[in-house]
This record gives sequence, structure tokens and C-alpha cells, in this order.
Amino acid sequence: MSNMTREETEALIQEVLEVYPETAKKDRAKHLTVNDQSIEQSKKCITSNRKSLPGVMTIRGCAYAGSKGVVWGPIKDMIHISHGPVGCGQYSRAGRRNYYVGTTGINTFGTMNFTSDFQEKDIVFGGDKKLSKIMQEIEQLFPLNKGITVQSECPIGLIGDDIEAVAKKTSKDLEKPVVPVRCEGFRGVSQSLGHHIANDAVRDWVLGNRDTDTSFASTPYDVTIIGDYNIGGDAWASRTLLEEMGLRVIAQWSGDGTLAEMENTPKAKLNLIHCYRSMNYISRHMEEKYGIPWMEYNFFGPTKIAESLRAIAAKFDDKIKEGAERVIEKYKAEYEAVIAKYKPRLEGKRVMLYVGGLRPRHVIGAYEDLGMEVVGTGYEFAHNDDYDRTIKEMGNATLIYDDVTGYEFEEFVKKVQPDLIGSGIKEKYIFQKMGIPFRQMHSWDYSGPYHGYDGFAIFARDMDMTINNPCWGKLQAPWTKSEETSMAAAAGA
Amino acid sequence: MPSVMIRCSDAGKLLFYVAKKDQEDEISSVEKDSAEEWGGEVELADGSKYYIDPISPPPSFPTTLRFKRL
Ligand code: SF4
Repeated sequence: MSNMTREETEALIQEVLEVYPETAKKDRAKHLTVNDQSIEQSKKCITSNRKSLPGVMTIRGCAYAGSKGVVWGPIKDMIHISHGPVGCGQYSRAGRRNYYVGTTGINTFGTMNFTSDFQEKDIVFGGDKKLSKIMQEIEQLFPLNKGITVQSECPIGLIGDDIEAVAKKTSKDLEKPVVPVRCEGFRGVSQSLGHHIANDAVRDWVLGNRDTDTSFASTPYDVTIIGDYNIGGDAWASRTLLEEMGLRVIAQWSGDGTLAEMENTPKAKLNLIHCYRSMNYISRHMEEKYGIPWMEYNFFGPTKIAESLRAIAAKFDDKIKEGAERVIEKYKAEYEAVIAKYKPRLEGKRVMLYVGGLRPRHVIGAYEDLGMEVVGTGYEFAHNDDYDRTIKEMGNATLIYDDVTGYEFEEFVKKVQPDLIGSGIKEKYIFQKMGIPFRQMHSWDYSGPYHGYDGFAIFARDMDMTINNPCWGKLQAPWTKSEETSMAAAAGA
Repeated sequence: MPSVMIRCSDAGKLLFYVAKKDQEDEISSVEKDSAEEWGGEVELADGSKYYIDPISPPPSFPTTLRFKRL
């Protein structure tokens, strides 16, 4: 199907909204829009970060997921207790594939699940005693942990436990940081508030820890990678580029990150933010308190990488600027070969995305480098500042959907007929059964990294492998095929 | 009375950021902006206006201040 005009896209939205009852229709209409690059502020065309409607299937997570799963979880040398019933932590355990180096269970704890496993009696009598007991146990069993965080699940806020008091006392006893995080799942409308709460907890309990400690020798080239969760090794693929251009990366937030790196972050010269949504809060705070500037960058696809490397270098002296050019030059042959190999196989293919955080806009450039086009995009939990940043990246008259419902997404896909969908695991099998190639773009479908030049090669291979997989032609049962197609197949064979 | 973080954009303009609302707008004019004081009526690029009692000496940005909506 060729590209849709503005009118066609608008008509499609209206058609999809048709089935809803009046109030639901009114509400959902505000979350769906046709992109118009001339609009400066997204609040004029889209509403976001609102409570999802009861009765529709949405794809959002909870505040606990935002704090434990995204921001705190990857800090590898701390132990993160999922405080409350066992399920919240166990069913999300290690699902995000935040890679790290270390010996799990000895000095790193990323893929383990620690929980206070609440039972009825803990709900009735309170869980504070249990919490302090398990922290003592943790200290005995895993003495190399550098600190503990308490990630509250829903019941904690409901029964009114005083985890802050327990944390303070235990912190004194253990002589290690113990961070209480009030990220109960019911707070906010999605995982987004969990990111914010987690950022605030970092601000209040970690960031100032080494303000008076001058033992860390900083250089004029110290930067940090903020908002890269090292999914499939993303942060590593990014870090090498920054280091090759002459910068020194002193902290990774939070993929493969450590407590010490977080505490030393205020000593950086520049904070580089990949995922704006989940970590802009702490970056703004550091700018205000420590005067560290921050900037967003995008390491998906060679065009955006080169742009970002140059923009980063512009904040430093000539040595770094030359470094950036040298890095771009060094990888040129490599990424050109990738494009030469895959572009002919992928050119003109149309993609629909529905992810979270930064990807609905950040990966567009990588697809375009391969000659593909993103015709629809949307976020699970974005705010309007994310859409502000998205409007410019997307083509005119493309679809934008916020907190899309299962029904809307399926209908859009049926009409738009994209060649590829990039979304989450809950959407994957529905669309695959509809015969549409699908990539799970939250944790790269067990692949990755996708960041940096190294990542781009893997990205291109994965997209090719998915779209041009022969299985898509075999989804129709032989007896439902029409005469013609089976004749054609016979003739071809 | 929103609490607002004011910071400088790359282009050297002041940005008006309300964390609660994820609103970030350029400041188009400030009533009193001199070496002695900063504040008064502040107008944003989208036309909305806020007020803060002039601060002297002018604060250094970024900083968080409380504004009144006009
Ligand atoms: S909403 Fe509450 S119970 Fe559900 S996963 Fe989140 S913290 Fe756990």
C-alpha cells in the first residue's frame, strides 16, 4: 500500500474510534493524531501521560516497574529488594537483559531476585521487622554488596509501613547506603512516575554522598552516559565511541553501573542523556546543584551517530572535535558496507513502532539509513515533551498514537499494512499470527546491542532477518489459498 | 504558584520548565532584566504570563523559583 495522505490518516483514526462509546471516544480521540511537522508544541495535537481508560487493553507498566525494572535494577553492585509479595519481582526478573560484568551472587546481583515475600501476617502486622531482618541476612549472605535499595510494591503504601525509618537505622548498622524508594505500583498512571520517583531517590539518598570526598581525580574530558540501560550491551557499544574520540566515561546510568559511579557523577563535565524520559529529572537536578550541563544524543544509525558525536564534540576543545571526525571516519567503511548489503533488501519497507522511553523517535534515523520509513509511532508512557521531540522526526501525515489500546493498534495495522512492527512482547504474537513481521523492540528480541556503529550492523541484520524471513509466505493454510495462488506456486516450483 | 526551573538553552535563551507539567517553554520577555535585578512579569513564547517579585542581585541559572500564574 502506498503512503497515506493526511485526509486518509484522519479518516482512519475516525473509523477506528467509531466502535467506542461516546465518552471513551472523546477521550481516545485526544491521544491519536496525524503528524504535522509545522506544529511546535505537541500539546496542540496530542494528550499524553493520562490515566488509561478502564476496559481497554493497554500496554503500560507500573511505577514499581519504572523504578526497580528500569532505573535502579541495573545498578549491579547493590541489592534491590522487591519489598512486598513475591510476584512483582519474580515475573519481571532479568527480563530486560541489562548486561553487566561481574560474578552474579558474589559482587554483582543484577539477574537475581530479592524479595521480602509478603504473607498475610505481614500485611496485617506490618513488614518493617521483616525488612530489617532480611537486610541483615543479605549482609551475611552477600557481604560484597555495596548497598541496598528497598523497592516498594503496592501493599507497602497501603499498610503504611515506615520503610524510611528502617532504611536509616539499617544504613547505620551496616555502614552502607540503604535507599527506601516509594515506588508503589499504584502511583501515577504508568511506569513513568516510577522513573521520576527513582530519580528523586537517587537525588536524596545517593548523589550527594561524595560531595566532600576529593579523592576522585577528574579530568576536563569526563562525561557520563545517562539513561542507557545496556540492553544487550548497548551502553558498551556507545561507550567505546565516546572513549575513542578522547572522552572519559566516568559513569554509566544505570546499565552495568555501580553505586560508586553514581556517587561520582557530580564530578563530570557533561552529562550525556540517551533516554530523556527516564532520567531527565536527575540531569536537571545536577545542572542546578552542580552546574553540570546535559545534552541529549542519539546513537541509533550512522546518520544520527555522526550528528550526535559532532554535537558532543562541540562542547569540548579541538582535540575532541578531531577525535569525533576520526571516529566517524574509522567506522565509515564498516557502516557503508552494512548499508550496501541491507539497503537493497529493505528499501521502501514501512515500519510501525509502539515502544516506550526514547525509541519511538530515536530509532527512526536508523530505519531511514536503511531506506525504510516509519509510518506510525507511539509511546506507552510519554509526556508532552517527548512528543515535542517526536513531531520533527516523523514524516508529515504519519500516525502518532499515545498509550494505544490493543484494539486500536490492531486496526491501525490492518489498514496501514506495514512491512514490520516494532513493539513489545505482548503485541508480538498477535501480529505474527496476522502474518506481519515483528521485532520486539524493548529488549531487542534477545539480540543487541543496537546502539553505536557496532549495534547498527546487528540492527540491520535483525531487521533483514525478520522482514525477509521466508516463513511469512507460509502462514496461510494450503486449503484456504485461492486457486490462483496455488497454481502460481505449482508453476513456480 | 508553580515551582519553575529556569535554565539556559543552547541558543542562549532562558527556558521555563515546570516539572509537574512537563512544560518547557522559551521565555520571550522579562519585565526587569538588568545588572541589579531580575523578575517581574515574565512572558513565555506561547503567550502565557507569570509573575515573580524581582530578585536582586539577579540569580544565576539554572535555578528553581516560585512563580505566580497571571
Ligand atoms: S502494580 Fe503493584 S502489585 Fe502490580 S506489579 Fe506493580 S507493584 Fe506489583
